[in-house]
Amino acid sequence: MGAMRAAAAPLSTAIVNLNHPAHYIHWGWFQISVANLLVIVLMLVVFVLALFVPFPGRRFQ
Amino acid sequence: MSATAATFAKAHKRDRRHVEAWTGGYRAYDLVKELVVAVAVVVVLTAILAALFSSPDDQPVTIARWARADAKDFTTAALSELNGTSEIAQYGPPYNSTAGAAQKIGPISLQTIPGVRIPIDTANDLVLTPLRSVAGDNPDLQTALSQYTSASPQQQAAWTDAYGKALDSATVSGGQLQVPPGDYGPVAVIMADELALARSGGLDGALLATKQFYQTDYTKPILFISAGSYFEDQASARNLLGEQWGMMNETGNWPGQPWLWLYTFWYQVPPFATSGNADALIWGIMIVLSVILILVPFIPGVRSIPKWIPIYKLVWRDYYKGLADRTG
Amino acid sequence: MSVEAKQKAQWSARVRESAEKNLPPSQLLPDEQPVYVHSWIYVFGVLTIAAFGVVLVSGLWLSLKGPTWWHTSSIGLFVNSLHLWSAELFFFFMVIHLWGKFWMAAWRGNRSMTWVTGSVAFLASIGTAFTGYLSQQNFASQWIASEGKDGLNAAGIGAFFNVLNFGQMLMWHIVLMPLVVGALIVIHVLLVRKHGVVPPYPLEGQTEFDTGPETVVDVKPPSGGEGGAS
Repeated sequence: MGAMRAAAAPLSTAIVNLNHPAHYIHWGWFQISVANLLVIVLMLVVFVLALFVPFPGRRFQ
Repeated sequence: MSATAATFAKAHKRDRRHVEAWTGGYRAYDLVKELVVAVAVVVVLTAILAALFSSPDDQPVTIARWARADAKDFTTAALSELNGTSEIAQYGPPYNSTAGAAQKIGPISLQTIPGVRIPIDTANDLVLTPLRSVAGDNPDLQTALSQYTSASPQQQAAWTDAYGKALDSATVSGGQLQVPPGDYGPVAVIMADELALARSGGLDGALLATKQFYQTDYTKPILFISAGSYFEDQASARNLLGEQWGMMNETGNWPGQPWLWLYTFWYQVPPFATSGNADALIWGIMIVLSVILILVPFIPGVRSIPKWIPIYKLVWRDYYKGLADRTG
Repeated sequence: MSVEAKQKAQWSARVRESAEKNLPPSQLLPDEQPVYVHSWIYVFGVLTIAAFGVVLVSGLWLSLKGPTWWHTSSIGLFVNSLHLWSAELFFFFMVIHLWGKFWMAAWRGNRSMTWVTGSVAFLASIGTAFTGYLSQQNFASQWIASEGKDGLNAAGIGAFFNVLNFGQMLMWHIVLMPLVVGALIVIHVLLVRKHGVVPPYPLEGQTEFDTGPETVVDVKPPSGGEGGAS
């Protein structure tokens, strides 16, 4: 029935083709796309790294 | 204490712990260089991400595409617009004034307050007027339109009800809908011509046409498209429905809008998941939560959370260690 | 009235004097920061501003050839991708900046308005992104419009802010919202310059921030008459 009529996309020169149905993770009534989950996890990782990675320059003494 | 600190201390007598003027040490810090480096980093990151992943661009649904893909679904939707049983026909403000249709938060109906500012008469706007615009060369259609509009509402309803029931067993052949014979009055001709107009692309154009030639308002075509299952099926296949946490999602495998997680969350849980007032209630909740976010500094308890959960000790550990080293 | 008194009564003179008093140049663009500004968490504000800049420039580039360009040109699609990914980075950095500022309770010491302008800018950015998604002229924008209308109509707003009206949404996206977000960012940053970066929570036994010459490293007296970054 053509439920997934996506763009013909001859224009796209993307190295990684994301133009296909997404992968979803389901936990009961909760579901999230892998892409979104990755973004959120990355944010948490970067936040934690920002807190722990030493900042260059002389430490206050 | 410096003059500045003294001024502030005087101004905030009760809160001398929050003396603004920092009288401790400084170190050189190049803000402009930091900005330039940040811009360079973001430009490079953006270019890499754009080259790696590009961006989604799923083709829009047109009425022509819908009518060709699913003539039955299209005709069912068109019939509901004609006889005023569609969701839009019974939406209430801002499209029309259907009694009791507007959503409420308790006794308050914000939806009703502005009134009908985007008037949509589904029968005329979506079916009869577009057909009239092409009826010039079609005497059968002219007759059908005239017969329908001059009939009583009860007669119109009788015809459309009968046609609607017959649609269940209709078949599609050669782009035409084959409906079992029955007493549909002029409705059969109207629906067949509406389908033909849609398939030809003429309805897409007719719904946009205005007296002033130029148009940028897609209210009518999108409302019409949203009446059918076809549009919703497209969305469902892409996990964009409300109950699929769709607000957060993007077409294809791209990340979407994770920052909308809290807004879409409420639609998944009772009582909102099954409430007719879900949109209004959840809007209200999100406004309240947004105001709370903005007013965090003024909310006792909430503004003390960072003190009780001392993540700040990580941020300022160099400074605290320096103090400890000095004071032994 | 004396010449001096007349000058002082002038609006221009008063505006200038107020600006000078609140934000002398050395405070508007200082070349130093308090010693406690020493963590990677502090770069997320400027990263957010940088991302906002890239969003604006990529948006300007998109506007050169009109709203349908990116559907029919590979370069256009690439520029659209720059705009999308810089917007994703904008939110990425802004939320981490928000987390950092929350856990530092950065509203302390008269800095409530810095938090207020920041959180309003966050919410306004969500609104800006929303109008952007609505301006794409593809399936996603159709769906978002048909869904979004319900929430806005239920709140009484849809009657004035019609998400199905592409022309209206595009103009909000490229004119009105960027000006609002831009103005909020400017005010937000000026407030940070005015009040200085929030000092650390005092430790146990401390009631005031550390003072005294023995605590100073890289000795530089606070520049200007207003106590440097304060």
